[in-house]
Amino acid sequence: MAKVIVMTSGKGGVGKTTSSAAFATGLALRGFKTVVVDFDVGLRNLDLIMGCERRVVFDFINVINGEAKLNQALIKDKRVENLFILPTSQTRDKDALSRDGVEKVLDELKKEFDYIICDSPAGIEKGALMALYFADHAIVVTNPEVSSVRDSDRILGVLASKSRRAEKNQEPVQEHLLLTRYDPERVERGDMLKVEDVLEILAIPLLGVVPESPAVLRASNVGMPVILDEKSNAGQAYLDAVARFLGETVEHRFMKPEKKGLLDRLLRRTA
Amino acid sequence: MSIFNFFRTQKKTVAEEAKERLQIVLAHERGAGSSPDYLPMLQKELLDVIKKYVRIDEDKVEVKLERGGDFSTLEVNIELPPPAVAAQRRRQAAAGGGVRPA
Repeated sequence: MAKVIVMTSGKGGVGKTTSSAAFATGLALRGFKTVVVDFDVGLRNLDLIMGCERRVVFDFINVINGEAKLNQALIKDKRVENLFILPTSQTRDKDALSRDGVEKVLDELKKEFDYIICDSPAGIEKGALMALYFADHAIVVTNPEVSSVRDSDRILGVLASKSRRAEKNQEPVQEHLLLTRYDPERVERGDMLKVEDVLEILAIPLLGVVPESPAVLRASNVGMPVILDEKSNAGQAYLDAVARFLGETVEHRFMKPEKKGLLDRLLRRTA
Repeated sequence: MSIFNFFRTQKKTVAEEAKERLQIVLAHERGAGSSPDYLPMLQKELLDVIKKYVRIDEDKVEVKLERGGDFSTLEVNIELPPPAVAAQRRRQAAAGGGVRPA
């Protein structure tokens, strides 16, 4: 049975697209047939992060409008087996996302895929509502920062009231917290919210903590999901998070400052 | 704990302050439908009642809400016109212009 996962946050710029790309790639690496769908109509970026921007011909909105077949719009990843991208339109706006249209496309995807990752736009307007409406799971991407935590709390409220599961009185959407851009050194100095603080406030299960890492920008520059950079701590954190999502018990890492000896610094220049 | 922390006063870290502020604001937002939408309505109705008795300047009304952890306060400040002058005018009008009482 296909599962729909929404990557959401309320606030912009916290790492939804980075996490969508990483998570989808991680699930595909585990052998699950996975598609990642860009819901950010008009501000398309998933294609860039996945490195397939030059292969976009048809998009999600074309499929909704019946202007193209789903298989024409799906882009197969060149690096990872079982991984597909459904880009969105750069020229239309969010009104192009009709609920019936989205449902039709998701239903068609469900026949072929194990996991459907919906990369939500920021905000709580139509695009974000459509991205979360059909979700079975919600990964709430949050930065350890007051505005991000507040917006995550708001989006949790929206999930609990405006998702299809909520409207139909079904079992609620399963929520997972993904704390990104975490800087253990600043946490230790008392300059940044601790993971425990964010957990206490949002009160949802922790899926993973992704440390602030130069690898994220590096990977986006070349259109590679950061999870494929297995040497980076961010890549490893995403691999761990995917394993936890699949039910494995993996201890949390990267939550304490790295102890850097002189030798360490000389040998391991890249974080 | 490092030796530097020993000399530092027991001041709240900014992270602790962030947590407290979040807890307070979210406690209010999760409750009865986020921020109080009733404030403009409340202000209008209060003014209507007060206007029955006193002539007031609508620009000189201030409604403030201070959210706290344990309780919140709603503060309504209405500036009334100087009573002596107002009363005098009314009396003058009634008497068709009389002497000013003591």
